[in-house]
Amino acid sequence: MNILIVLIPVSVLLGAAGLAACLWTLRNGQYEDLEGDAARILLECDVLTEAGDTRE
Amino acid sequence: MTIAACPGCIAAAPSADAVARSLPESEAALHLALPQIRCAACISGVEGVLARLPSVRAARVNLGAKRVRVVLAPGYDASAALQALNDAGFEAHELDATALRPAGDDEGRRLLARAAVAGFAMMNVMAVSVAVWSGAGDVTRVMFHWVSAAIALPALAFSAVPFFASAAVALRAGRMNMDVPIALAILLAATTSLYETFAATGAHTWFDAALSLTFFLLVGRYLEHRARATARSAAAELTALELPRATRLTEEGRETVDVAALIPEDRIALAAGARAPVDGVAEAAAMVDRSALTGEAAPIAIASGDPVCAGEVILGAPLTLRVTRRAEDSTLRRLAALVDVAETGKHRYSSIADRAARLYAPVVHGLAAVAFGVWWGLTGDLHHAIAVATATLIITCPCALALAIPAVTAAMTGRLFRRGVLLKSPTALERLAEADMVMFDKTGTLTEGVAQLPDLDPAAASVALGLAQASDHPVSRALAAALAAHRPAALSGLHEVPGEGIYGLWNGAPVRLGRGEDGSALYLPDRCIPLPLDERLRTGAVAVVEALQGQGVDVAMVSGDTQSRADALAARLGITQVHAGVRPEDKAALVREMAERGKRVLMVGDGLNDTAALVAAHASLAPATALDAARVASDGVMLGRDLCAVEETLRLARRARSRIRQNLGLAAVYNAVAIPVAVMGFATPLMAAAVMSSSSILVVLNAVRR
Repeated sequence: MNILIVLIPVSVLLGAAGLAACLWTLRNGQYEDLEGDAARILLECDVLTEAGDTRE
Repeated sequence: MTIAACPGCIAAAPSADAVARSLPESEAALHLALPQIRCAACISGVEGVLARLPSVRAARVNLGAKRVRVVLAPGYDASAALQALNDAGFEAHELDATALRPAGDDEGRRLLARAAVAGFAMMNVMAVSVAVWSGAGDVTRVMFHWVSAAIALPALAFSAVPFFASAAVALRAGRMNMDVPIALAILLAATTSLYETFAATGAHTWFDAALSLTFFLLVGRYLEHRARATARSAAAELTALELPRATRLTEEGRETVDVAALIPEDRIALAAGARAPVDGVAEAAAMVDRSALTGEAAPIAIASGDPVCAGEVILGAPLTLRVTRRAEDSTLRRLAALVDVAETGKHRYSSIADRAARLYAPVVHGLAAVAFGVWWGLTGDLHHAIAVATATLIITCPCALALAIPAVTAAMTGRLFRRGVLLKSPTALERLAEADMVMFDKTGTLTEGVAQLPDLDPAAASVALGLAQASDHPVSRALAAALAAHRPAALSGLHEVPGEGIYGLWNGAPVRLGRGEDGSALYLPDRCIPLPLDERLRTGAVAVVEALQGQGVDVAMVSGDTQSRADALAARLGITQVHAGVRPEDKAALVREMAERGKRVLMVGDGLNDTAALVAAHASLAPATALDAARVASDGVMLGRDLCAVEETLRLARRARSRIRQNLGLAAVYNAVAIPVAVMGFATPLMAAAVMSSSSILVVLNAVRR
């Protein structure tokens, strides 16, 4: 049963990693336009980049 | 690879996405409403159009909010972007940035973060529980309990805060709400589990139950919050749509300026039916409608020198306003008032649900107490008695009942918003669902008037322009646009009689622009010039009439225009009930007459002359081009030009009604089955948590499904 001493922290750490990733997506504003982001995957590229040279 | 497919992308080192997100919320950023965008092609279309403009530095479409955020190069304004979008076929309106809430949704983000913590903690505790349930031995079992406690207690302390806070507020006010039993159940489950962990008697712990209850309730809460937030942003957008421009009077004449640019002591001209964009002082006696601020629709007479608040609608005669306060100061107040109205108003069904929840809470606690007492008395097993009481508390919590209606209303309001219909009144959905007759105004609603001008001599043209500028009637607007090249004549005593036209004095002689023998006419002191109007049907007019009649809804047309013109138009649309030559007060009377005959009338109108009818009708809608007065009076505003929105609104409103009934039924069935099971002691707290939260989520999902 000594293996539990390794396994339990590992499982908790994995959980914590998942939680951290989830909180990161939240902070990063990835849930602000779900519909739009779903549609954007169909675009070949962000059209706006064509105007890249007009921006710094 | 994307880069190979699109050479344009190679040039830009940081992606446009990153640039648009990292740009500061500077003053040059503005939001445009795009009511008709729907798909990926629209995103690339809009962003593509904007990218080609020299005045636009960055643009990012938010498809969910139907908005685009544009960052302009210094020294440019939105007109070029609006023009380009409209030319490309994307309907665009400028939004008043001061009235929009910041795009970030902090409360939703906090709820999600709490749900995430509860969810991950729940998964870990459950993984550990598997070992316990499958019969881990003494020391291992105690250790697992300690591990569970170490994970669960901090997670609960963070995640369950909304329930504890809300329960505390309710208890302090001496009230009961549905968070009280939830908080009590979480607390009971956590403390008894902690006791078992310390005592190490080998009994079960329920950290997993407390966590899963918190997690699923937070998910339900978040879904509800999301739906509500969409509805609330609809209210904010409605305010933001209004009047970003004003007509400033200067020494040289009239100029159109941004409302934000108005400073105290500026003088602005307001046409009859227009809404005051800023606080100011009236320069003449006038009638105003304060309903946007007070909710009371009666016109109020004010004298010269009286204050006029932003949001008030000028009735009757055009008015010159001396600005006393900048727009940002006045708009904030108006927004607060509007949002308050939107939030305090309650759905009739909701209040029933709330009352049910209030009656229900004592019953819940009573049942739990009785179950606890009986089980303890019968078996003498305190641990089991607490388990039954906790399960009863959790399972009888009326969350499903309390979510049944608000979730549906919020979801449907949000969905309507995405289709370009903003509902202002919280009871509007219910009333729309009941409508069995639709009454359309003709000019400006079924048709878009385009003035076909005969050749006017300069004097006539300048008088016509002077009169037309004083009114916001669609015909006047069309005329004013067509005559923009002329200078308006100096007129005095301007006033508008709804349904009749605008009267004024020109060099001391009376002149009038308004209803003539056959359509509109300009009356000069010596002659009368007919102004024939070429009426173009609004998009979707034919389709909406056909669809409504197909559903068995009566369609009627009401117009102040002459019988022959109204009949001709009705024949094109297939409308059989035509009421022509109707005065404004008769429109309202007609609506009331239909109501007496047992009809629930949905009035769709846009003009000053429809305002009374919009108020009198069971439900009402106005197009976005409508006069302020009409938009204030109606329950909802259609942002798109397409009239099919009327039919869609009715369909969604009816669907909302049936969803509400389904949800109430679901909640009732759930309670009828689950409560006896819990009281009889067949449910563990974990089962209770799973069943209760799944019923809440079921109700919310039923509300948000297509």
